[in-house]
Amino acid sequence: MSDMTANEVVEAPAPEPPQPGRTHSVLYRIAAGNALSGVLAVVLAFLVGSVMIAATDPAVRETAGYFFARPSDFFGALGMAVGGAYEAMFRGAVFNARADTLAGQVRPLTETLKYAAPLILAGLGVGVGFRAGLFNIGGRGQMLLAGAAAGWVGFAFDLPAIVHIPLAILAGIAVGALWGALAGVLKARTGAHEVIVTIMLNYVAYYLLLYALSRKFLLQAPGSSNPQSAPMAQSAILPKILGDQYNLHLGLLLALVAVAAVWWLLNRSTLGYRIRAVGLNPHAARAAGVSVGRTYTQVMAIAGGLVGLAGINQVLGTVTSGITADLDAGIGFDAITVALLGRSRPVGILLAGLLFGAFKAGGFTMQTSQDISVDLVLVVQSLIVLFLAAPPLVRAIFRLPRKEAM
Amino acid sequence: MRLVLRGITKRFGATVASDGISLTVEPGEIHCLLGENGAGKSTLMNVLYGLYHADSGDIEIDGEVRRFSGPGDAMAAGIGMVHQHFMLIGVFTVAENVMLGNEPTGFAGRLDLDAARARVTEISARFGFNVDPDALIEDLPVGVQQRVEIIKALSRDAELLVFDEPTAVLTPQETDELMEIMRQLKASGKAIVFITHKLREVREVADRITVIRLGKVVGEAAPTASNAELASMMVGRPVELVVSKSAPRLGDEALVVDDLRVVDATGHVHVDGISFSVRAGEVLAVAGVQGNGQTELTEAILGLQDRVSGSIRLHGTELVGRSVRAILESEVGFIPEDRQVDGLVPAFTIAENLMLNRSFSSPFVKNGVVLIGALRDFAETTMTAYDIRARDIDTLAGNLSGGNQQKVVVARELSRDLKLLVAAQPTRGVDVGSIEFIHKQIVAARDSGVPVLLVSTELDEVVALADRIMVLYRGRVVAIVPPDTPRETLGLMMTGDRPEDVVA
Repeated sequence: MSDMTANEVVEAPAPEPPQPGRTHSVLYRIAAGNALSGVLAVVLAFLVGSVMIAATDPAVRETAGYFFARPSDFFGALGMAVGGAYEAMFRGAVFNARADTLAGQVRPLTETLKYAAPLILAGLGVGVGFRAGLFNIGGRGQMLLAGAAAGWVGFAFDLPAIVHIPLAILAGIAVGALWGALAGVLKARTGAHEVIVTIMLNYVAYYLLLYALSRKFLLQAPGSSNPQSAPMAQSAILPKILGDQYNLHLGLLLALVAVAAVWWLLNRSTLGYRIRAVGLNPHAARAAGVSVGRTYTQVMAIAGGLVGLAGINQVLGTVTSGITADLDAGIGFDAITVALLGRSRPVGILLAGLLFGAFKAGGFTMQTSQDISVDLVLVVQSLIVLFLAAPPLVRAIFRLPRKEAM
Repeated sequence: MRLVLRGITKRFGATVASDGISLTVEPGEIHCLLGENGAGKSTLMNVLYGLYHADSGDIEIDGEVRRFSGPGDAMAAGIGMVHQHFMLIGVFTVAENVMLGNEPTGFAGRLDLDAARARVTEISARFGFNVDPDALIEDLPVGVQQRVEIIKALSRDAELLVFDEPTAVLTPQETDELMEIMRQLKASGKAIVFITHKLREVREVADRITVIRLGKVVGEAAPTASNAELASMMVGRPVELVVSKSAPRLGDEALVVDDLRVVDATGHVHVDGISFSVRAGEVLAVAGVQGNGQTELTEAILGLQDRVSGSIRLHGTELVGRSVRAILESEVGFIPEDRQVDGLVPAFTIAENLMLNRSFSSPFVKNGVVLIGALRDFAETTMTAYDIRARDIDTLAGNLSGGNQQKVVVARELSRDLKLLVAAQPTRGVDVGSIEFIHKQIVAARDSGVPVLLVSTELDEVVALADRIMVLYRGRVVAIVPPDTPRETLGLMMTGDRPEDVVA
């Protein structure tokens, strides 16, 4: 809110106009925050992460016992623990100077990119929803069903790759979009809150898929008793874009194309204009002739398609051994964090996705080489969102000026 | 209580909302703070009430410098605030509302409602308020609710009362009664700060007038000053207070409304079978106290209401049952009564707001793509043509003053071909200078042959613009009368009296 309106609104001790609901204003606050607060939230989360690394490190604890006798030991151990942890993370995520060949040295970066692709895709899906004022918690369900559809096309048909891959991708997008649109229609027609609906649809999708994966006449692989489908046909697997020595596959390019497409959608198309109008002020959008309900449905279809691409990326690219009921690998929820950190802007989501991809790649190295639980990475990720959602806290910690007029 | 504000400065970012304002309020005096919206009156009072901390300056009460860290401190020091939007709980009784935050309690925290009731009765009797302590707030007329707010302040022994734009929601009769109450409070020795931008009221009750513009005191005026003098002090230049317009050149009946009923989701009837017509080239002004069906009437015409029966025909085409988009595309212009809610997307730029109701087809859209060049050109010319004061077309609408925000809405609606203009409260919360401009635009639309349905709760505006006046009361038409009907008659009609009773 500006200083001009401040004059008009402040008769009340609580200057927030209550209009479009609580989630709405929280989303708006996060989206309106500047890039600085995002960076600071990341920095702060790393600091808190350091404290936790230190507190759980045996050497640090031991030296703390005789801290006053020899403090240098303590600080040495502290530096070793924290420095070692983050060095391991960097080594696992960006550049491994210890590797013998150049190919080995840059391998971590390609791993980061591989992990980032689905996070970016799903993050875009959640972010587009945010821009329309919708909280899409249904990423898991959308990924599962889109992945299943793409996977089914991937193992059940025998086609040339040039046809097979696009067909599988389109089938996945279509199913993801439909599943997303279902939540949109329910909201538009009945006013059901999209958070409840999408959470419940996650369960529906999960158990539907589990059912299908344990029935021979549906998706289960022949001759198997595991809830898993047959592996993808060679012609349906996304090609490795840097050759077979790296795991990085076409999914990254899909993600980059999606970033550009979503940017264009939001900033150049009339649909995107209406999506933003509905998200920022549904009342004015309605009074201007925009059908808010139809826009919700359209947005959820787009969101479902984008999140679905993340599922497709997993099934056809990352884990091609067959569809499973946990093919989403938690990405549907991580996407919420990515979209929040990226402030629902396509480029922001790209950067946030890369950061979280690096966390994933680096987290494994941290665990194997420094024996620090990979859960710590999750804690740091969660702290980032927590700090993003509480800008006054970050401002207070870094002694930034208070924004009273807001 | 003698209140002295000395050099109060309050900044919001780069904007100085209050720039070294000094003010003295004596006991037994009504001190008017006159200024346009955004001039800094409310900011100053919020500093006094402890809602804001001044960046510099002192608050001195009876010779003693005080610092308030919140409204609680200010209340304890004897300052009472009567807010423009009442801070009352509808389902509580008068006594319950009055004691809220200051509850008389007996043994073990038992609520002593009788004590609160007695207090209300005592204050009510002392000042002749005539308020029943056991009435539910939601059952009371707005004027009485305001008295409850005053009682609330007095029950905490307020010696200085701040009235923040108190007449915005009142009928002319209720306004007169409020003026009487203010005089009584003054007679009992209370100090009163009266914030307003309505010149007539100022001249009626003020002992002293301080005019504020752009966060600064621009001068003091005597209550004997003329409207024109006060207005030009407020705006900083001479202002034309009377809208000059020629006799209407009437065309055919363009808008015909027949037996229109609007019901809300709870079954409450807001518009109760009204019929009227507007001819091309005339302004039909709908007068009435806020909440008598005007909002629902305009929203029904625009297709924004769901439960509508009866008929609304524009040049023979039925509008009831059509979508908002279809109605807008049949060339209906709409200035909604609350621009912040229905008129603008505050987080959009001026340019983006200018295409808000034209996101489906030309001139700014082709094949689903926004034609940014065309939109920017349009925004540039429109900003000049409609005198929208902002840095550039990429300024966020939310950062504009009320008047400039409203000019964006007016520009958007009037810059396309219209067969009907529905203008609801087109100058609410708008500065005097912008009011003048917007009124001229509405008259120009009328003169070009557009039928105009104007809704206003400001009698001044109704009288200035109307070719005919339709008075609404509780969702029904009281009467449709000529614009030279005396104000007192209009005022009485706004309370539901039929004109025959009055004219006689």
